[in-house]
Amino acid sequence: MHYSLNPDIYSESVKLEPIRAGFGRGLKAAGEANENIVALCADLTDSTQMSLFKAEFPNRFVEIGVAEQNLVTVASGMARAGKIPFTSSYAAFSPGRNWEQIRTTIALNDMPVKIIGSHAGISVGPDGATHQMLEDIALMRVLPNMIVLAPGDSIEAEKATKAIAENGKPSYMRLARDKTPIFSTEESPFEIGKAYVLKEGHDVTLLGTGAMTAQLLLAAELLEEMNVHAEVVHVPTIKPLDEDVILESVRKTGRVITAEEAQVAGGFGGAIAELLGEKLPTPLHRIGMQDRYGESGEPAELMTYFKLDGAAIAERTQRFISDVPRYHQGF
Amino acid sequence: MSGQLTITQLEKKANEVRQDIIRMLEAAGSGHSAGPLGLADIVTALYFNIMNIDPAKPDWAERDMFFLSNGHTVPVQYAVMAERGYFDVSELTTLRKFGSRLQGHPERTKLPGLENTSGPLGSGLSQAAGYAYTLQYIDDVKHRWVYVVTGDGELNEGNIWEAAMFAGKYKLSQLIVYIDRNNIQIDGSTDDVMPLEDLRGKWESFGWHVQEIDGHNVDSVIDAASMARAISNKPSIIIAHTIPGKGVDFMEYDYKWHGVPPNKEQAKEALKKLRTLDGKITSGDIE
Repeated sequence: MHYSLNPDIYSESVKLEPIRAGFGRGLKAAGEANENIVALCADLTDSTQMSLFKAEFPNRFVEIGVAEQNLVTVASGMARAGKIPFTSSYAAFSPGRNWEQIRTTIALNDMPVKIIGSHAGISVGPDGATHQMLEDIALMRVLPNMIVLAPGDSIEAEKATKAIAENGKPSYMRLARDKTPIFSTEESPFEIGKAYVLKEGHDVTLLGTGAMTAQLLLAAELLEEMNVHAEVVHVPTIKPLDEDVILESVRKTGRVITAEEAQVAGGFGGAIAELLGEKLPTPLHRIGMQDRYGESGEPAELMTYFKLDGAAIAERTQRFISDVPRYHQGF
Repeated sequence: MSGQLTITQLEKKANEVRQDIIRMLEAAGSGHSAGPLGLADIVTALYFNIMNIDPAKPDWAERDMFFLSNGHTVPVQYAVMAERGYFDVSELTTLRKFGSRLQGHPERTKLPGLENTSGPLGSGLSQAAGYAYTLQYIDDVKHRWVYVVTGDGELNEGNIWEAAMFAGKYKLSQLIVYIDRNNIQIDGSTDDVMPLEDLRGKWESFGWHVQEIDGHNVDSVIDAASMARAISNKPSIIIAHTIPGKGVDFMEYDYKWHGVPPNKEQAKEALKKLRTLDGKITSGDIE
C-alpha cells in the first residue's frame, strides 16, 4: 500500500505540532460522533488538550483533581454504566502511579477505558527525569486485553483517538509534549494493529514508533547519501504488533534497528526483540533509553545528547551495517 | 423485584448463608473466614430486601448496583447470590477451584451478576462512585442506587480517600456505602495496624452523611439504607459494627481467622454451631 507522506518532511519548513494537539481535536470529534464518550482529567486539562472537549461538552467532562488512582477507577465505573471514558494525565502519573488500578479494574475487568499518557519521553525537556516517562510502554504492553498506541504525529494522533473511541477495548495512547514534525497527511491510512512502510529500501529496516519515526525518515535521507538504502517502517500500534508487515520487511533487509523515546528494555525495542527472537532471529540494534533516566534540558538538546536525533541514528545505523553481517534465518 | 423476606426470614437466610460459607471455605481449603461471616446479615439484607434486582436478568438495565470493594470477602456474595437464585447453590463448592466461575477474588467477566473485579483493596468505592456520577450527572437517572461494601482495614488505602473527596465534592446522593467495621485486619486489630478513628468525623468532614448501626441487626441494616436514600444532597456512609467470624464462637473476634479457612473438623463444629444457633436449639428442631 502506498503511504501518503508529507512532501515537506525533509524540508526545514516542515510543519511542527505537538502530538497531543491531535488528540485534543480527535477527542472533540469522537465526542461529536458518539454521545457516550466522556472525558476525565486529573488537573491537567489544558496541557493534555482535553480543554477542547470540555468546552464543547461540559456535562460530559469530569474534573477528578490530582488523584490518578481515582481517575482510572472512576472511569472504570463509568464504563460499567455504558460510557466510553477517556482519561488524561501525564504518563509519569497515569499509568505511572496507578498501574495496579488499571490492571485490575480496567484490563482484567475488560472495560473500554482509554488511558491517555501525555508528556511521555525525554522530549518533555526542562521538567527533568521525574516527569520524563520512559517506562510506560513496558508497563502497558504486558497487560492482557490492553491495546498500546504511540502515534507518530498530530494528524495520526487525531485518527488514533477516533479509532480507540470505537474499538471497545482498554487502550493506552502515548503522547508527547514537544512540537514534532508532521510526516503523515490527512490521506495517510491509520488502523489499529497496522504498521506502514514509509520508505522502501533493502539494506536495513528502521522500525519507529511515536515521534521517533520522523527522526528515522531524516536518518534514512542521510543514509542515502552514504549509499545505504534503509526501509522505514512506522509502527504506531505497539500492541498488537503488525507482525506481517514487520517480518516481510525484515526478511528483505536482514538487519533491524528500532527507535523509541522510552526504555528499550520492555519497550518497543523489547517487543520487536521478542517477535524476532521467536519468529525470525535477525541482528537487531535498539535505539532509545538504555537503562537510565533522563535529565533537565531543552528537548532538542536532550535528543542530541541521548543520540535520538536523525543524524545520530544515521551514524549508528551505518556503524551497525558495517559491524554486523546481513543475516537471514527464518524458521 | 425485591425478595422482600420478613426480618425473621432474613435472619434465617443469613444463617443459611453462613453455613454455605463454611462449606465453601472447607471445600476450597483456602480463603477468608472472618469477613464473609461478619457480612452475612448485611449482604443478605441487600440482595433479599434492599436492592431492586432480578436474578433471572443480571444485566437488567433498571437494577440497583452492588460493588464489593473488599474482594476477599466474596464468598459471602457468592453464597447470597446463589441463595437468591443467580445460580445453583451446588456450584458454591467450586469456589477457588480450577475452571470455576467463583474465582478466589471476584471477576466480573467470569460470573453474570458481578458488577466489578476487585481484590486489590481501595478501588471498588471509586468504581461505584463513577457509576453513581454517571447516573446523577450524565444519564439523569434518579431511581437507581449504587451500594458498596468496604472493609475497615481497606480504609488504609489512599484510593479510598480520593474517592471520598470525589463523592463528597459531587454530592453523589445515590451512592450508599456500608463499612464493615469489624476492627480486624491481617496483621492484627485495626487500632494496632493503623488507627481509623475518628471514623465518623473523617467521613463527615469529607461531606458524607454518616450513620452507625449494628451490622447484625437486619432491621437496622434495612432502615439505614432507607435513611440513606432519603438524604438527597450527600453520599452516605453506614458504619456497620460487626463481629468478625459472627455465628461461629471460636472464630468470633479473632483476627487470626481473617485469612484462613476451617479444616474438616472445624467446619463440622462450625456448622453444628450455626444449625443449633450456638446450642440454643437442638438439631431435632431444624433438620
